[in-house]
This record gives sequence, structure tokens and C-alpha cells, in this order.
Amino acid sequence: MDLGIVAQQVFNGLMLGVIYSMIAVGFSLFFGVLDVIKFSHGDVVTLGSFSALGAAGVSGALFALPPALALLAGLSAAVGAGALAGIVIGRVLVIPLRGAPSINVLLATLMAGTVLREAIRLGVPNGGNPKPFPALLPSGMIKAGSFSVGIDSVIILCAGLLLVVGTHLLVTRTRFGLSIRAVAQDDEVARLAGIDQQRVVLGTFALGSGLAAFAGCMLGLYYREISFNMGVLLGIIGFASAVVGGLGSLIGPIIGGFLFAGVQTLVVVAMPISSAYRDVVAFAVIIILIALFPTGMIAEQRSDRV
Amino acid sequence: MSSLSSPAPSLSVPRIRRHPRALVTAVVALLFSGGGVMMHAESQPVVLALLAAFILAFGVADRTQIGREIAATCGDYRGVANGMALLCALILIVLFHADHYALLMLATVAIFSTACIALNLQLAFAGIANFAGAAFFIIGSYTAAVVSAYTTVPRAFAPAIGALVTGAMGLVLLLPVLRTRGHYAALVTIAFGVLLRTWLEVNDVLGGPQGLKIGSFSILGLDFARLNQIGPWSVSFYLPYATLSVCMFGLVFILVRRLENSWVGIALDVVRSDETAAAVFGLSIRLWKVVGFVLGNAIIGMAGALYGMMNGFVTPNGAGLGDSLLMLSIVVLGGIGNLWGSVVAALIILELPEKLQTIQEFRLLLFALLVLVILLFRPGGILPRPARDLSRFIDGAPK
Repeated sequence: MDLGIVAQQVFNGLMLGVIYSMIAVGFSLFFGVLDVIKFSHGDVVTLGSFSALGAAGVSGALFALPPALALLAGLSAAVGAGALAGIVIGRVLVIPLRGAPSINVLLATLMAGTVLREAIRLGVPNGGNPKPFPALLPSGMIKAGSFSVGIDSVIILCAGLLLVVGTHLLVTRTRFGLSIRAVAQDDEVARLAGIDQQRVVLGTFALGSGLAAFAGCMLGLYYREISFNMGVLLGIIGFASAVVGGLGSLIGPIIGGFLFAGVQTLVVVAMPISSAYRDVVAFAVIIILIALFPTGMIAEQRSDRV
Repeated sequence: MSSLSSPAPSLSVPRIRRHPRALVTAVVALLFSGGGVMMHAESQPVVLALLAAFILAFGVADRTQIGREIAATCGDYRGVANGMALLCALILIVLFHADHYALLMLATVAIFSTACIALNLQLAFAGIANFAGAAFFIIGSYTAAVVSAYTTVPRAFAPAIGALVTGAMGLVLLLPVLRTRGHYAALVTIAFGVLLRTWLEVNDVLGGPQGLKIGSFSILGLDFARLNQIGPWSVSFYLPYATLSVCMFGLVFILVRRLENSWVGIALDVVRSDETAAAVFGLSIRLWKVVGFVLGNAIIGMAGALYGMMNGFVTPNGAGLGDSLLMLSIVVLGGIGNLWGSVVAALIILELPEKLQTIQEFRLLLFALLVLVILLFRPGGILPRPARDLSRFIDGAPK
């Protein structure tokens, strides 16, 4: 196979991987601080892309903004809406249900996701159909032999990588990150040390959901089309990446995200005709990996308390 | 999930002493006639009035002394109540004998209730959250389609074959589930559901997105699709399906209830609520999870096969996460572990949107909000699972 096509596919895989990682990191953050799976995460991604579309479209139409400013408006709207949704879901659903069986929390967040999705479908004019996303990034191609890639894709990829690395630094190097890790490790001791646990939890929810919303905005910029139900599969993929990588760590979900994207890309390369099988193979790989590594590839550090 | 809480003990209330059986009979008959009118009703005001009456009756049974006594008496005389329920369901079928729509509703509710009882077996008793309920349901339908189209096996066996195939599929899926716990196990079933649906859509062997046609159920030369006359009465061809579904529900109900009340049910309860304690007492955690999960899947597959044969076709559409969630929500809404609760919830979830056309568009939104409200304010569901009553083993006094 020609080297350019390989590079092209590697680039596509990286692109998908960065988006999956951003979603998966959220799952790992929530699981860390509260031991819950927030399953509305995929729909927060959708919320992010629709907020970005709305804000960029409206501000662009009202003030005839240059694309860069419209993009800024869209991004801040997406991250704001995502963080707000995360805080509301955490405050209204997850914290009150702390003592309940985990299946109740799982169902509650799934239903919150359904509410978000249906609200978008019913609330956005003609929301049942896919919507075009404006091209806000500079167009133009980078070419090298048979390898060609849009400048916009490179920008998206770099921004995503920066954000994932930034989140990692935030959690490992800052005071807020320290309190997140303290609450995750033992919330009673953390409270004794004077950490406002609820604030940390809600802060984590805002952080994870903001990341997901940013990923939604990136998806819109990359695919140029968004739809109300795109979050369902993305949420499942993000969850799968987080679980396969290991819910207990922050590197795990990033590895998981790139792994999932890698498998999908490989299937597309290997079977170009039946690329629809990429999800089938990817999920089969996930099930096999779970059988091999029952608690994720980077295992959780915990022991049973009897 | 392994951390399901045990059912909370209920306060004992004084039982009604005079004519308890007559009272139970009357209550069940009243509830079923209400449900029957609901299935038959065409006008929105009637449906709304019935809904209000049901909510009122529920409030009375839940909040007032006399209501709690009546409910407790129904619990004491379970045999009378369950027998009466079967009789009432059959009477409804006879009354609706020519009404396609009402019979279809009745059969659908019975089939979905059967599947949800099986989910209860998995979730409430064995403690495994199955997020692929609809996927196994559809596997049952596809099995029935293949059996009726490509084999000469009598179609009466199709549901049984569907049960075998789904049970075996469940066993394969259980290998990774058994090695993991909690959220990791949930992911395996979710991934399986997505995998199955995508696979059914892209491969052409099983009809792709268009799905397959399924031959109708027939037994002893009686083809259910051709039946439109019994003696002098013209009947709907849904009549035999409704009867069969109600009978299937009855059998599955008896089976699961027997399991729950036997040592098997106690073993399942122990394994679910405390794996360490179960291991200390020498109970095999793997064995009991396998029993609960495989049996549950087999029942779901059987229900799916019958549903597919009644509808005459199957498509991959129903296999997604959404429909699995719908089934799981019926279980949670009705009360995890309460078999009749699942029936009530199935009736509400499946029938109300059909009857209240005005809410069609907002159906999913309202349904999701309803589940949220129930989870927040009544975590045990509409009818919480009653505490296991082992007092008869202590005093030796027969009931």
C-alpha cells in the first residue's frame, strides 16, 4: 500500500481517537469522584454541537462576525451549555441518588440523556433532521504526494490533543486536581481535610461535560453535519473506551479512545467495501478485551472491603 | 449490578377477616374491567377519566389504612388473586373476540410482561443488569423467521427453538460478564446490543435493514393467521395469539414465582446482595448467575419469537439500546422484583401513548421524565417488591 494512504488513515484514526478520548475522559472523571456512570454524556456532546451551531449562527447573522469570532462564540456557548448541563444533572440527579442502587443511577442518567435528546429534537426548528454545520475554520489543503489533509482538520486535531493534555495536567498538577483526586480516593478523609466535597463533585461534572461539549463542537466542524441522535453511539463508544482503558485512571480512557478509533480505522482499511462492519468489529473487540482484562487495561487500584 | 438493596420490610397491617377471598376476587375483577375498558376505549376523555381513576385507586391503596389492608389481603391470598387474574384475562379475550386492535394490545402487553418478568429474574434476583433485553427479544423473532422459512420443523416449536437459541447466546455473552462486575458487566450487554443491531443492519443473510418475514404460528394444522371463524362467531385472527400469549405469561409467571419462593430464589438473593457472604456459605456465584441469566434470556427469546410470529415480520430496528432501555424501565417503573408491578408498568408504557394520540410526539420525553420522577421520589417503583416472608418456617403455622 502506498505510504500516503497509510498516513491518511493514521490521521483519520488520530482524529477519531482524540474525539473519543475527550468523551471517555469525562466518564473516568465522574466515576472517580462519585463512582457513578453518567450516561447522559453522549447527549451532552450533542447539546454542545447544537449550542455551538446556534450561537455561531445567530451571532454570525446578527453582527456579521468574522468566522474566527463566530467560532469563539460557538465554542464558548458549547462549553458553557455542556458545563451547565453537567452541573444540573449532577445536582438534581446524581447527588440525591448517591445511596441508591447503581442501576437506578444508571437509568436516571440514561433518562436524563433521553430528555436532552428529545428536547433538542422538539425544541430546535426541524430538529428531527440532520443540520449542516458552518465551516468556521480556514479552508485549504496540506498536500504531500497522495496524502492530503485540510488545515481545518489539523487545527481540530491539535486543539483536541492540547485539551486532553491540558485536562491531564489540570488533574495531576493543580490544586483543584488534587482535591478531585482526594475525593476520588476517599471522600471522608477528603472532607476531614477541609475539602468542600459537593463543590469538587460539581466542578468535576462541569469539567467533564464541558470537555464533551467541546468534542461535540469539534465533531460539527469536522463532519459539517450534526443530528439530534448522534450522541447515543458516541456516548456508548466513550463509555466503552473508558471501561476498556480502565475507569480508575485518567490515561486509561485516552488509550481506550485511541484503541477504539484504531480498530475502527483498521477495519475500514482492511475491508473498504463493507466499512459498515467497523462498529461490529470494534464492539466485538471491546467485548473480548473486557473478557481478557475484566477491570480495564489499566486496572483500578482498589480492594474489597468486607 | 451486585449492589441492589434487599427489599425493605413492610409494616404489618391488620388483615380483613370476613370474606377475604370475595374481596380479593372483586378487586382483581374491578382492576381488569378498568384495564379492559382502557384497551377498548376510543375517546380521549374516557381514557383520561380512567387514568385518573387508576391514580386515585392507587393513592387510596398506598396511603389510607383501609387501602393498605385491602392490598395486604390481596398479598395474603395470592393464589386467588392470580387465578382470578388469569380468568379475567380470558374473559377479556372472549369479550373482545372480534376487535383486532384491543386483542393486539392485550397480546402485546402479555408478551412484553413475559419478557419483563424474565428481566426481573436477571436483574432483581440474579443481580445482572441486562441492557440488551430487546436484542435477545429480536434474536427470538429472527430464530422464528429462520425456522418458519428454511426448515420443516413444525411452527409450534418455533418459540421453544427461539428460547434455546437465545439461551445459548446468553451463555456465550455471560463468559465476559462473569469475569467482571457492575459497570463493566453493563458495558458488555450494551456493546452486545449495539453490535447485534449494526450487524443485522449491514449483513444481507438475514435481510439487512428490511428484516425478514415470519410465518404465522400454527399448531396441529390450525394456522393462526387463517383463523377467522369459530362456530357461528367471526373472530379476529389475533384471538388465538392473545390466548396463547396470556397462557405463556401465566406459565412463565408460575415458573418464576416458584423459583422465587424456593431455595433457588433464596440462593439468588444471597448471591446478589452479598457475594462474599454467599461464597462463605458455599454458594457458587457463577452457577447462580448462569442460571438466572440464561433462563431469563431463554424466556425473553420465547416471548420474542411469539411476538415476531404475531406481527409477521422482524426488522433490526427493535434491537437497539432504546428498546432495551424501555424494557428495563418497565421493570424499574413497576418495582424491581415485583412481577405484577411489571405488568402494570407494561400496560402504562405500551398502552397510554397509543390511546392518548395528543402526546404521541412528546411520548419519549414524557416517558423519560416519568421514569426520572419515579426514580427520584419512589425508588422502589410503583409496586415495590414485598419483603420475603419466612415467618411460616418459624412458627410452623400454615397460612
